[in-house]
Amino acid sequence: MRRAKNYLPWLFLSPWLIGLVVFNLYPILATLYFSFTRYNFFNPPSWTGLDNYAKLFGDGLFWKSLGNTLYLTLIGVPLSLGFALLVAIFLNQKFKGVGFLRALYYLPSAIPLVAAAVTWAWVLNPSFGILNNILRLVGIRGPNWFLDPNWTKPGLILLMLWCSGYSIMIYLAGLQDIPISLYESAQLDGASRPQLLWYITIPMLQPVTMFNLIIGLLGGLQYFTQALVISGPGTLGPTLNGPPEGSMLFYALYLYTKAFINLDMGAASAMSWILFLISAVLIGILLRRFSWEST
Amino acid sequence: MGKHVKLAGRAGLILLTLVFASPILWMFLSSLKPPDQIFLQPPKWIPDPISFSNYIQAVKAIPFFLYLKNTIFISTLSTIGVVVSSVTPAYALARMKFRGKGILLPILLATMFLPFPAIMIPTYLIFAKLKWIGTFLPLIVPSFLGDAFSIFLLRQFFIRLPSDLLDAARVDGASELQIIRYVVIPLSGAAIATIAVLNFTFMWSDFLRPLLYLNEASHFTLSIGIQSYQAHHATSWHLVLAATVIFILPIFITFWTAQRTFISGLTLGSVKE
Repeated sequence: MRRAKNYLPWLFLSPWLIGLVVFNLYPILATLYFSFTRYNFFNPPSWTGLDNYAKLFGDGLFWKSLGNTLYLTLIGVPLSLGFALLVAIFLNQKFKGVGFLRALYYLPSAIPLVAAAVTWAWVLNPSFGILNNILRLVGIRGPNWFLDPNWTKPGLILLMLWCSGYSIMIYLAGLQDIPISLYESAQLDGASRPQLLWYITIPMLQPVTMFNLIIGLLGGLQYFTQALVISGPGTLGPTLNGPPEGSMLFYALYLYTKAFINLDMGAASAMSWILFLISAVLIGILLRRFSWEST
Repeated sequence: MGKHVKLAGRAGLILLTLVFASPILWMFLSSLKPPDQIFLQPPKWIPDPISFSNYIQAVKAIPFFLYLKNTIFISTLSTIGVVVSSVTPAYALARMKFRGKGILLPILLATMFLPFPAIMIPTYLIFAKLKWIGTFLPLIVPSFLGDAFSIFLLRQFFIRLPSDLLDAARVDGASELQIIRYVVIPLSGAAIATIAVLNFTFMWSDFLRPLLYLNEASHFTLSIGIQSYQAHHATSWHLVLAATVIFILPIFITFWTAQRTFISGLTLGSVKE
């Protein structure tokens, strides 16, 4: 490496730097400003101080959307990580057709979210879906899934597990980085298979788990598309019910509704800023955990 | 490990794989059934006769080809933009020394993970000011200003290129731009292909941003077009399913053909402790 002409690196960086200022830094600051104003898009924003925040904290739907989002994130994400690790351990073996299986497990996370959501709305259709039909064959009456407020989020979690291919691949890469010598010496000492998993694999994968977890949490906080597709046209209507009974009203959906349907940009900006703060903490942990290779 | 455990594990994997594959299979089988066979209880598992009429009807009703054209147009231009604008920033971050570099990398990583809903209101207002709402521009132009994830991925690749090669070119009097053009890019085919495929699939699938920016049905992408059709025709499952199958087909094809590059590229961006 040599010290280049002073301006040249900045010239090379300029597309990204312009994008950074216009589409990241400015929006972050503007969101903060709007969150202290009343703003309906047509009239200029007028300063209202902490009004938006106070109203949000007294708004039952705000808490409902936050609660739904935390339910999905704090239950769904750890479950899908456990599932991903299990599948990755299976797929880390050498056998005929393992390449095909790896691709197969990755695929659902590569198909468009709308398509994945339509697929699951059909799979979990209470009367005509494959799951309840199979349950019926063995004499179990399946739940009403996306029509029953108690079953919507478990249904969405199943969809989340199905789409965990990205975590599976990251785990697989992590598993392949664990030195085999560790296992060999432990086996010489008489360690059993579950002991190897518990004392070597899981601790060695801890950084990878952390990475997957934070990516999962950040994704969970933005949960939007699947819920919109599955809960159908009612979600974004003026009644704002997030059917059935608001059980699929997630944070990003409520934010979107507030901003672009109710045109309450001030309150929506307050929601954005709260989301930004939560994400900033998560991203901070993510960056602190890893040195991301020295430069 | 005992033979039985191994066998049980294999059986478990096969069962799990069946469960995993069944949603797509179920949708595919359903899409080949005439409407009166879709809504049967108990179900007809295998369509008989196999009928492609849903597909013919779906592409007309949705209108599939218009949305396909829009989606391809947006995805292609945006992918070109990302590739063109991400190479030089990645090179600067990987291979050049300058003051202030130390803080740029954490900023790059932080923006990779910044949730779009947290910044979507001012972003929308920028495009509203520019009178770009209702056009493809908000989905294309920002791609020409670099993409954090792509820059990071390319940087990870560029720092591993052997220094000797770059130094040799410098000794021969090549400028930094020539080094990028004649040394770095030819060596980085796999990495560039990876970011291209990742961006293309991202744009192909993107939902929230097209929903925000495209308000006329004639501009819809497949994601919002299919969602909107499904929302307004709740009982036309046979058409929605057929359209969804064609929707994911290109992803399947790209994926099967580029599987190896894709998966290795995907983990290129993952963490090293």
